[in-house]
Amino acid sequence: MKTLDKINLEKLIGILKQENYTVIGPVIKDGAVVYDEIDSIKDLPEGWEDEQEAGYYRLKKRNDNALFSYVVGPQSWKKFLFPQKLKLWQAVREGRGFNIENSNSAEPKYAFLGIRSCELKAVFIQDKVFDNGMFADSYYNNIRKNIFIISVNCTRAAGTCFCVSMKTGPKAKNGFDLALTEVINNNEHYFVLEQGSEKGTEIASKLETNDADDKQIKAAEAAVKNAELNMKRTMNTAGIKELLYNNHDHPIWSQIASRCLSCANCTMVCPTCFCSNIEDTTDLTGNHTERWRRWDSCFSLDYSKVAGGNFRTSVKARYRQWMTHKLASWIDQFGISGCVGCGRCITWCPVGIDLTKEVENLRNSPKTINK
Amino acid sequence: MAIKKPKLAVFKMSSCDGCQLSLLDAEDELLDVLGGVELAYFPEASSKMMKGPYDIGLVEGSITTPRNVEEIRQIRKDCKILITIGACATAGGIQALRNWKDTREFTKIVYASPEYISTLDRSLPVSSFVHVDYELRGCPINKYQLIEVLNAFLNRRKPNIPSYSVCIDCKLKGNVCVMTSQNQMCLGPVTHTGCNALCPSYNRGCFGCYGPMDSPNTSALASQFKQMGYGKFDIMNIFRSYNGYAEAFRKESEANEK
Repeated sequence: MKTLDKINLEKLIGILKQENYTVIGPVIKDGAVVYDEIDSIKDLPEGWEDEQEAGYYRLKKRNDNALFSYVVGPQSWKKFLFPQKLKLWQAVREGRGFNIENSNSAEPKYAFLGIRSCELKAVFIQDKVFDNGMFADSYYNNIRKNIFIISVNCTRAAGTCFCVSMKTGPKAKNGFDLALTEVINNNEHYFVLEQGSEKGTEIASKLETNDADDKQIKAAEAAVKNAELNMKRTMNTAGIKELLYNNHDHPIWSQIASRCLSCANCTMVCPTCFCSNIEDTTDLTGNHTERWRRWDSCFSLDYSKVAGGNFRTSVKARYRQWMTHKLASWIDQFGISGCVGCGRCITWCPVGIDLTKEVENLRNSPKTINK
Repeated sequence: MAIKKPKLAVFKMSSCDGCQLSLLDAEDELLDVLGGVELAYFPEASSKMMKGPYDIGLVEGSITTPRNVEEIRQIRKDCKILITIGACATAGGIQALRNWKDTREFTKIVYASPEYISTLDRSLPVSSFVHVDYELRGCPINKYQLIEVLNAFLNRRKPNIPSYSVCIDCKLKGNVCVMTSQNQMCLGPVTHTGCNALCPSYNRGCFGCYGPMDSPNTSALASQFKQMGYGKFDIMNIFRSYNGYAEAFRKESEANEK
């Protein structure tokens, strides 16, 4: 392991830009940390951290110059790999027929700086959704194959985090090109650097790094341990599939539905939710048509509208579908849970519905069926 | 080719004209619209007024007078497809605020000779009187949505007009939630999208100009507003505005009235 100072972190951004990467990192916008293009470490949220609870998010000034002391914000990296709105193709009328034109020749080359361990897991989960052989999504894969990943290990936990329960963090174990752990001790401020790929090693070789000594490695481990020890939320995942499958008719679903707005915020902020809608548009002459893919949600009523009717008219059915898919049937479908414990759905639910609490309520209810 | 273009008519009931103006405001698309339809009746735009029947009728405004009632019944007879546009036509509009008060008291205060005023007790949406084929929401409507509806009609396809919450559009745009991060009252979670999340994009809570979304849980939102520190009066007022008489908003404002 190596260490890196702030000057070389700046240099890293410059090297990536020279290699034609669009560098994406955390920036502050409208009172929250979001992901956007950055040019320099000056764009990072230096000296800020986030306070998060169910339905609550605030940024708070720290008394140090930490660059990565925020945890996660309302956006996830999926907006780059699986854009909110994407034109899939267009067609133009020609004589009695039409010509189809592909609209997506551009293959952006992104470097993600600051992706957290839970978020990296979310990318792996979306890989299973979009890069699955027969039904591979070329739009996703064309962007995915080019990304350079600089993971940042968490040294704090937000009030809504529960990655330890989901075994997705706070430290990234693999899948990154480079990984950083920020250490601030007395007057020292440095990053412990791990290399996770050949490309990562190649880029790191262009930086001025030092070999990390035992003390520095221990300090980085202690910082990550701090995130783990301060994580207040948990989710007991033992037998969770059976718990949800067996309790399809439990009264808890009606109780949640009485609070749920079906506004879809939870699914929009979730780093693994992947539902989309396809819209065909025409111009007024009918000579030009376009097909667009747009994020959609199992919480929107039209999502489950099919010929002959709608099979999920009640909010109860929609919430149950979301939670059962996320925590149970996802495992059958993709071999892995759909939840990474990032806590976004809890923080950004306008009424603060907390899925960890709802799982607990279901587990502890006397009406719960345990087979 | 001498294909007969469908005849379009635009009517006005009790309203401010803003919604029908959005058709004229569609400068870049207007010629294409006129390429597809024959503008048969649109007094705001042209003095050439053809008689019905019409293929599509757009109706702006709410029903507030006995004359409006007669007119809308005739318009329904004259139009194959009747589309109401805007909060007045779809929910009674801002003038429906009078529905909670005594209209005769108002006319006495406002007019020197109230006996000349012929008005109904309430301002109601067009759908309270005649069958409506399609409702386009908003105060005012979004001109691109109006063109989309006409476009879909001309191309015989379903209009792409979603009925979900404003929250989805906020998230598609990357807006940070003003409720969760700034403690602002925002009707976004219960409001029909269509404005492209205009107010939250400028750091302000949604006023609900497009009325209730497809499955609005207004009571859950109102209890969250209470938890955020807002009183019943604030909650009554936020639900009682441009779409205050739309059922879900009306019930919630009434639940917070006392």
